[in-house]
Amino acid sequence: METVFYILSSVLLVSAIKVITSKNPVFSALYLVLSFFSAAGIWLLLQAEFLAIALVLVYVGAVMVLFLFVVMMLDINLEKIKEGFWNYFPMAIFVAIVMLVEMILVLNNNYFQETSNAVYTSISNTEALGLVLYSDYILPFEVASIILLVAIIAAIALTLRGVKNHKGINPASQVSVTKKDRLRMVDMKSTTKLRGK
Amino acid sequence: MITLSSYLILAALLFLIGVVGIFLNRKNIITLLMAIELMLLAVNINFIAFSHYLGDIAGQVFVFFILTVAAAESAIGLAIIILVFRNNQSINIDELDKLKG
Repeated sequence: METVFYILSSVLLVSAIKVITSKNPVFSALYLVLSFFSAAGIWLLLQAEFLAIALVLVYVGAVMVLFLFVVMMLDINLEKIKEGFWNYFPMAIFVAIVMLVEMILVLNNNYFQETSNAVYTSISNTEALGLVLYSDYILPFEVASIILLVAIIAAIALTLRGVKNHKGINPASQVSVTKKDRLRMVDMKSTTKLRGK
Repeated sequence: MITLSSYLILAALLFLIGVVGIFLNRKNIITLLMAIELMLLAVNINFIAFSHYLGDIAGQVFVFFILTVAAAESAIGLAIIILVFRNNQSINIDELDKLKG
């Protein structure tokens, strides 16, 4: 159990470092897949089976494929983007070390030295999650569905390009039309001479 | 036995990798989004670790909602990146000064 945890977490950290330092965004996306996968393994160790599978299905299966599509569709100038890549590294590592020292000071004290007290219930993790999700958390669940709907509409509305070559009426020009545009007065010669003969 | 603090320190390290990633990749929006995903993953590991060690499933419900919001966020973010690329022919952040802010 401990060995599995240490293997998974070292794979997770190394692939996370590769995500942020890879030259090519495609490699970053693939390393992100690896880090999500090892995080799913860690979640399995913590007995969150449903969320581990959801992470693999939703993230590795959908979101990362979306990332890969976008990365491969766009033509990215890598040299320009990588200019001055390490310029802010000293500041970043300073901020990171300060935060790390603070967090380890907090997280290493006695309150968090708890060992696992897993409760072995008769129902599965998915069932337990479903029982609270559809009773206590029903309103947040509905709100989450609305958030997803808004995301769908926003993503489509942002990237939709209107059809340009269709035949249709333009209401603005229809309303602003004047008599002069539609009616033409024509002067014609009188035809009384013909009738006289 | 693995204690709660080892999971929390792992999540802290992952979060800091995300922070450093935002500093390093400030010109590349796509890798910036990936660094944000790493930070969200660190938060989710914290939630699940607490949920396991406290024996309360509410933490996992929150991870569920964070996953939902993160998926929506990255979908909209990628749509915005495509729009930026369509208008500028590049996704370099230095050229995003059309609004003259």
